[in-house]
Amino acid sequence: MRKLLILLVVVSLATSMILTGCKNEETPSKEPQKNIELIGAGATFPQPLYTKMFDVYYKNTGVKVNYQGIGSGGGIRQLLEMAVDFGATDAYMSDDQLKEAPQKIVHIPMALGAVVVTYNLEGNPKLKLDGETISDIFLGKITKWNDDRIKRLNPDVTLPDMNITVIHRSDGSGTTFIFTDFLSKVSEEWKEKVGCGKSLNWPVGLGAKGNPGVAGLVKQTPGSIGYVELSYAEENNLPYAMIKNKKGNFINPSLESVSLAANVPLPDDTRVRLTNTDAEKGYPISSFTWIIVYENQNYKGRSKERAEELVKLLWWMIHEGQEYNEPLLYGRLPKAAVEKAERIIKGINYDGEPLLKQ
Amino acid sequence: MMESHSLSNNHKRSLKDNVERGERFFRAFLLSLGVFMILLVSSVLLTLVLNSLPSIKEFGLSFFTGATWNPVNGKFGALPFLMGTLLTSILSLLISVPFSLSISILISDYIKGGLLSSILQIFTELIAGIPSVVIGLWGLFVLVPLVRKLETKIGITPYGVGIFTASIILAIMIIPYSASIGREVLSLVPKEIKEGGFSLGATKFEVIKNISLPYAKSGILAGFLLSFGRAFGETMAVTMVIGNSNKIPKSIFMPGNTMASVIANEFAEATTKLYISSLIEMALLLFLVSTVINIFGRYVIKRLSNEETEGKNLS
Amino acid sequence: MKKLRGRIFLDRVFFFTIVALSTITIAPLFLILFHIIKNGISAINWDFFFSLPKPTGEEGGGIANAIVGSAIIVGIATLLLVPLGVFTGVYLSENRETKLSNVVRTLTEILQSTPSIVMGIIGYIWLVRTMGTFSALAGGIALGIMMLPIIVRTTEEVLNLIPEDMKEASYALGVPYHRTILKVVLPAGFNGITSGILLGISRIAGETAPLLFTSFGNQFMNLNILKPMSAIPLVIFVYSSSPYPDWWRMAWGASFILVIFVLILNILGRLLGTRWKTRF
Repeated sequence: MRKLLILLVVVSLATSMILTGCKNEETPSKEPQKNIELIGAGATFPQPLYTKMFDVYYKNTGVKVNYQGIGSGGGIRQLLEMAVDFGATDAYMSDDQLKEAPQKIVHIPMALGAVVVTYNLEGNPKLKLDGETISDIFLGKITKWNDDRIKRLNPDVTLPDMNITVIHRSDGSGTTFIFTDFLSKVSEEWKEKVGCGKSLNWPVGLGAKGNPGVAGLVKQTPGSIGYVELSYAEENNLPYAMIKNKKGNFINPSLESVSLAANVPLPDDTRVRLTNTDAEKGYPISSFTWIIVYENQNYKGRSKERAEELVKLLWWMIHEGQEYNEPLLYGRLPKAAVEKAERIIKGINYDGEPLLKQ
Repeated sequence: MMESHSLSNNHKRSLKDNVERGERFFRAFLLSLGVFMILLVSSVLLTLVLNSLPSIKEFGLSFFTGATWNPVNGKFGALPFLMGTLLTSILSLLISVPFSLSISILISDYIKGGLLSSILQIFTELIAGIPSVVIGLWGLFVLVPLVRKLETKIGITPYGVGIFTASIILAIMIIPYSASIGREVLSLVPKEIKEGGFSLGATKFEVIKNISLPYAKSGILAGFLLSFGRAFGETMAVTMVIGNSNKIPKSIFMPGNTMASVIANEFAEATTKLYISSLIEMALLLFLVSTVINIFGRYVIKRLSNEETEGKNLS
Repeated sequence: MKKLRGRIFLDRVFFFTIVALSTITIAPLFLILFHIIKNGISAINWDFFFSLPKPTGEEGGGIANAIVGSAIIVGIATLLLVPLGVFTGVYLSENRETKLSNVVRTLTEILQSTPSIVMGIIGYIWLVRTMGTFSALAGGIALGIMMLPIIVRTTEEVLNLIPEDMKEASYALGVPYHRTILKVVLPAGFNGITSGILLGISRIAGETAPLLFTSFGNQFMNLNILKPMSAIPLVIFVYSSSPYPDWWRMAWGASFILVIFVLILNILGRLLGTRWKTRF
C-alpha cells in the first residue's frame, strides 16, 4: 500500500513537471520570457479590453500582466495597500481619497466607455428611456414594465405586464459610480436617497459581482433590468436602451456618441466626469476609465526594473494598445487625452529619476 | 585496567547522556508543537479582535441593530446580514431535519450494518465531500431556474435567487453532518431496551418513536446543532445563489445576504478603515458563534459516547 | 383488533416515509454528479487541460494554469502543514491527560470549525499585507491551516489505537523514546495517518474562500509561489458569475475534474481509514 502511494506521488509530480515543461503554446515571438510579472486589479468595465491588450503585450514582449477584475473599489484598495503594481478604476479617486493615500497617485486614462441600460424582455425591443424613469425604476417606484411612464416613452413597443427585477452591482464598482453619477445629476430624489458612489445602499434589486455578473444575471432573469458597459451587452446579445440626453435627444450608445461626450476640456490630472454631457448627440452615460499608479515608484522595496516595465506597459497602452479599443467597442483616447497621459507617464519616477527612456 | 574501565564508563555515560538529551529534545519538540497550536488559534482570535476594534468603537452594539449598510456615508449596520444568516441557517436546518433523521433511522434501525448500510452511509457523506463552489455552480444553473419556474407559478417576481434557494442548497450541504451523527448515536441505543420493547409487542415504529429517539435525543439535537453551525459559516454556495441584496429580505423568496457572503463580496475592495473593520467584525462574530456551537455540540456527543462505553463497561 | 391494525398500519406508513425521505436525501448527490458529468464532459478536451485562458469574452482556451496552480497551492499546504499536524497529533497522543493537551485539543476543534472565509481574511492580514503582494504561498498557508486540524485529529486517533505493548516492547529492547515514536509507532499508524492526509487534501482542494484574498488568481501560467496563482475553485467561481456560455462550460468542466479528484481522494482515504475506524 505504502509503495503504491509513493509511486502515485512520484508519477503525479513527474507528470506535472513534464506538462509544464512541455507547454509551448503561446510563447512570445520575440524576446525570451522575462521574469517580471506585473499585477493589476480593478474595474471590470474595461476588463475585456485590458485582457486583450495584455494578451497581445505578452506575445510581443514576454511580459506577463496578471489582471483581476475585482471592481474599481478593489483596484483602488489594493493599490492603497500596495499589493498590486497598478489599479484600474472607472471612478477616479476623490481629493479626500488621494489625501489618504500613502504617496501621490496619478490617473492615466486608457479608454472611453459607455454604461448602457440593458434588460431582458422578449423580442429584445429597443427601448427609449430617460433619466427620471430609470431613476424611479431603480428606486423601486416603477415596478412593472407596462407602467404608463415607460409606455409613454415607447408607444410602439408592446410592454408585458411583468414585474421589473432590478439588478445592480454587489461589489464596489466604477460602473456603478458612472451610472449613479448620471442619475444624481438628473434626479434630485436619487441624489438625496441613494447618491453617487461605488458601493451603495440600493433600495431594491439583486446584486451581482462585476460587469460579467450583472450581464449574466440579466441574461438569465426574464423581466430584469441592469447596467453594464457597452461591450458586455453587445457580446451577449443583450438589448440596451437609447437614453435621453441633456439636449433632449434620445441617443444610442456607440463609439461615436461616446466620443462626442468626451469632447470636453480635460484637467491636467485627467480626472473629469463625462456624464450628462452638453454635446448635442453625445451619450449621457459615458466615461473615461483610468489606470492608477504611484508617481514615485520606489515603495515597499520595488525594483527599478519592475517600475520601468510598468511605465513601458502604460506607454504602450496609450499608443499601440489603442488599436484594440474600437473593435471591442471602447472609444479611443482623444488626442488631448493622449497628450495629458503622456505628460503624466513621463512624470512617473523612481525617487525623482524619471523612468521613461525616450 | 582501571583506566580502560573508567574510559568505557565515560563512554557509556556520554552515550546515555546523548540518548537522554535526544529524548528530552524530542519531548520538548512535541510540547512546543502544542504551544504552537495555542499560539496559532490565539493569534487568529487576536487578529480578528484587533481589526474589529475601529468598528466596535464606532458603532458598539448598534452595529447589530442597524438595518442600513451604507458604504457611501460610512454607516454600517449588520442587521440585514445577521437576519440573512439566521434565516438561511434556521430554514435550512428545518428543511434538513426530516431527511437527516430518516436516513439515520433507516441505517441504524432498519438496515443495521452490512454492505447496504455502508453504501448508504457513504452516499450520504459524499455530498459533504463535494466542494462548496461546485454545489454553488449546480445551484446557480440547475436549482435557480427551477425556483424561478416555481416563483412564476406562484405569481411572484421570478428572481430565482434568494433566501429560499440558498436555504435549499444549505440543507443539501448540511444533511450529511446531522445524518452521520444521528446514525452514530442511534446505534448506541442498547439493544436490550429495544428488545424489551419488541418483546412487549411494540411495532418497530413504536420502538423507534418511544425508545430509540428519546434515548438518543440529546445526541441527535447535538447533531442538528453542528449542522446549524456549518450552515452558519458557509460562504461560497450561498453567495452564488442568495441574490446579494444588502437589505433585510421581506420574504424568503427575496434576495438577501449573509455575513459570510457579504464579506466575500466586499472584502477585497472595502476602501476605508471603518469599512474593512466592519467586515472583520462580522468575521469575528462568525468565528465566535461557530466556535461556541461546535464546542458545545461536540461536547454533548462526546459525553454521550463516553456514557455509553462506560455503561457497557460497567455491565 | 382494530387498534392493532391501526398500529401496524402506522408502522408501515412510517417505514415507507422513512424510505422515501431517505431516497430523496441521497438524490441530490446523484443529481449533482449527473449534471456535472453531463455539462462537464463536453468541455473536456486536450485544449482544456493544456491551454491558458483567452482574454475576457473570447472563446476557447483552457485552464492549464488553474490545474497547475491548484496542484502547487495544495502541495504547499501539504508540505508545510502535514508534518506539523502529524507531530502535533503525536504530541496529543503521547500526552492524553495533561491540562495543556486538553487545551490544545479544544483549540484544534475550534480551528476546525472556523469558517473558511475567516481563514481568507486571516491569510490576507497575516501574509498578503506583510508580503505586499498576493501569492500562492499565502493561499497555500491559509489552506494548510484549514487542513491542520484534520491531520492532527486523525493522527491522534490512529496513534491512540496502537497498542501500548508495541511501545513497551520497543523500550524493553532499549530503543529510546524518540526513535520508538519515529520508527515504530508512526510506521505502524502509516495507513491511518495517510488516510487523514488524503481526507485533508480532498477537503482543501475544493476550497475557494481562503484563496479569494490570498492567491488572487492569474490568467497566466505561474510557477513562482511568491506571485499570484490561479486555482481550479477560483476559476469555477469567476467563470460561473460571467455571462459567457463558453466560460460556463469550462466551469462545469473544471468542476468535473475537481469532483473526480476530490471524491477519489475521499474514497481512498476512507478505505485506508476503515481499518482504523476514522470518525467522520
